[in-house]
Amino acid sequence: MSLDISFIGILIGSIMASSVPLILAASGELITERSGVLNLGVEGMMIIGAISGFALMVITDNLFIAIVGSMLSGVIISLIFGFLTQSLLTNHVATGLALTIFGIGLSAMLGKNFVGIPGKEFPILFSSLRENIPFFGPILFGHSIVLYFAFALPFLTNYFLKKTKLGLIVRAVGDSPVSASNQGINVILVRYCCILYGGAMCGLAGAYLSLIYTPQWIENMTAGRGWIALALVVFATWSPIKVLIGALIFGGITILQLHMQAIGFRIPVQFLSALPYLMTIIVLVVISRDSRKIKLNTPTSLGRIFYKEK
Amino acid sequence: MALYFFTPFIAIILTILGGGIIFYILGFNPIEALKFYFITPISNLYGFSELLLKATPLCLIAIGLSFCFKSNNWNIGAEGQLTFGAIVGGGVALLFYNQEGFYILPLVILAGAIGGMIFALIPAILKTYFNTNEILVSLMLVYVSKLILDYLVVGPWSNPEGFNFPETRQFSDSSRMPLLFESLRIHAGIFLALAAVMLSWFILYKTYLGFQIKVSGLSLKTAKYAGFKGKTMILVVFMISGACAGLAGVGEITGPIGQLHRMISPDYGFTAIIVAFLGRLNPFGIIFASLVVALTYLGAETAQIFLQIPKYTGQVFQGMILFFLLASDYLLFFKVKILSLKKNELRH
Repeated sequence: MSLDISFIGILIGSIMASSVPLILAASGELITERSGVLNLGVEGMMIIGAISGFALMVITDNLFIAIVGSMLSGVIISLIFGFLTQSLLTNHVATGLALTIFGIGLSAMLGKNFVGIPGKEFPILFSSLRENIPFFGPILFGHSIVLYFAFALPFLTNYFLKKTKLGLIVRAVGDSPVSASNQGINVILVRYCCILYGGAMCGLAGAYLSLIYTPQWIENMTAGRGWIALALVVFATWSPIKVLIGALIFGGITILQLHMQAIGFRIPVQFLSALPYLMTIIVLVVISRDSRKIKLNTPTSLGRIFYKEK
Repeated sequence: MALYFFTPFIAIILTILGGGIIFYILGFNPIEALKFYFITPISNLYGFSELLLKATPLCLIAIGLSFCFKSNNWNIGAEGQLTFGAIVGGGVALLFYNQEGFYILPLVILAGAIGGMIFALIPAILKTYFNTNEILVSLMLVYVSKLILDYLVVGPWSNPEGFNFPETRQFSDSSRMPLLFESLRIHAGIFLALAAVMLSWFILYKTYLGFQIKVSGLSLKTAKYAGFKGKTMILVVFMISGACAGLAGVGEITGPIGQLHRMISPDYGFTAIIVAFLGRLNPFGIIFASLVVALTYLGAETAQIFLQIPKYTGQVFQGMILFFLLASDYLLFFKVKILSLKKNELRH
C-alpha cells in the first residue's frame, strides 16, 4: 500500500512538472489579454525562448544566463508584436499568427547547430527531503526553482490585478481604453508593458522545456503547448487562480496518457492525446453559453485596436 | 484604393531585403542566397510546375478563407479542415483501391469537400449557438484532426502489406488526379483552384450573399439593422471555407501523394492565411499571393539543398511577409487620416 501512495506522490509531482510551461505562458498571456491585447504568438515566443535558453546554456555554460536570456529573447520578439499592434495599429489576430509562424521558422534556423547536443542537469532544490518524506516528498520537494516560481505566479498575478494600483490600471486599460486614456493613463505604454511581460513569461516557459523538462533542443519542441496556454486563459475566464487549476488538469491528462500507455490500457494513444484539445472545446462551450459568466472577467476591449487622436 | 493593392508589393520587397540581411548574418553571400531562393527554383519547366503544384492548395484554401475573413469570422483551422477532408476523401479512395472507373475520382473529390465542410461546421455551429470563440475552437480541431489521421494510418487503415509503415495502401489510378504533362507533377487540381477563384469572384461581387458578407465584415451593427440572417451567414462562410480546404487536402492526396500518411500538408492551412491577407482577400489577388508564397516553400527547399539552410527559413520569410504587409497598412491608415483631415478643413 505504501508503494501505491508513494507512486501517487510521484505521479502528482510529474503532473506538476508538466503543467509548468502552461502556467507560465498562460499567466503571461493573461496579463497581456487583461490589458485588451490578444497575442496569438504564444507558441512562437515559447519556441524562441526554448532555443535561446538552450543555445545560451551551451555557449556560456551558465544556467542563470540561459534563463534570463530566454526571457529577454521573449521580450525582444514580443516587441515586434507590440510595435506592430500598438504603434502601427495592425490587426492582433493576424500579427500574432505571423509571430508564431516567424518564431517557429527562426527557432529552427537558429537551432540548426544545437540539435543532438545533450542538455545539462538543472539543479533541483531540497532533493534529500524528496527522498525521505513519503507521498509529500515528491510533491513538494526536489523541483527546480522555476517550478516553485510558476506555482507562485498565479497568486502573485491575482494579487497584482486585484490589490495593486498598477493592476487596476491594467484592467482599466483592457476594459475601457477610452476612459482610461481620458483619465490621463498612457494606454499604449501600459499595453506595451503587458505585451513585453507576456513575452518574458512565454520565453521562460520555453526555456523550462529545453533546459529542465526535456533538456535538449528539438525542432518544434513546444508542440502546440502555446496554443493550449492560449486556450487555458479562456478556459480560466481570465482568472489567474483558475489558470493554475486548468494547467494542472491539462498536465494531468498528458501524464495520465503516458501511464495508461505503459499499463497497456486499450484506448488508442491518439485519443488520449486529443483529450486536452477536446476538453478545451467543451469548456469553451460551457463557459461561453453563459454570457454573464464570460463577461465577468473578460477584458471588454480584447483584440480591438486603440489609437489616440492627436 | 491603388495604394491598397500596391502595399503587398512593398511588403514583398521589404521581405526580400530582410531575407538578404538574415542570410548575411548567417554568413552567406546574400545575393547568391537570394538567387538560390527566388530564381533558381523557377528557372526551368520542372520548377515552374512545382510552383503551380504548391500554389494550388494555397490558392484554394485562401479563397475559402477570404469568405470567412471578409465577414469577420476568424477561421484559423483550415489546416484541420484540410486534414479531415483528406481523411474522408482518402477513405473513399481506399474503398476503391482495387477498382478502376471514371466515377471514382469525382466521388473522392466530393467526399473531401464534404469532409472539410463538416469539420468547419463544428466551430461555426459552436459560434452561432453557444457563442464560443471560433479562433480557439477551429485551432484546437487542427490537432484533433491530425491525431485522427495518425490513428487511422497506423491503425485500421494502415497498409496490410506495408511492413507497419504509418501509411495506407496506394490509391488506384482512377482515384488519382490526371497529370497535365508527362513527367511533371502538376495535375488537374489546378483547375479546381481556378474554378474556385472564378466562383468566389462571382459570389462575392455579383450576388446578395456576397453583399451580405461584405457588409457584415464592415459593420456587424449595420448588418443587423439591415435584417441579415447573421447565423446562417456564419454557417455558410465556414462551409465554403471548409469545403475549399477539404478540396485542397484531397488534391494533395490524389495528386502528388497518392495515399494517406502522416505528413500530407506542410502547414498549407496556416500559410494560406498569409496568402489570403497578401492577396487582400480578393480572388485575383489571391492567385498572385499564392504564387509568391509557394515560391517561399520552393526556395526553402532549394536553399536547403544548395546552402544547407534548414527548410524552415520558408516560415521566416512567410512570417516576414505578413509582418511587413500589416506594417505597410499603416501607410493606408495615414492616407485615410489625411483625407479625413482635409474633409474637416473643408467643413470649417
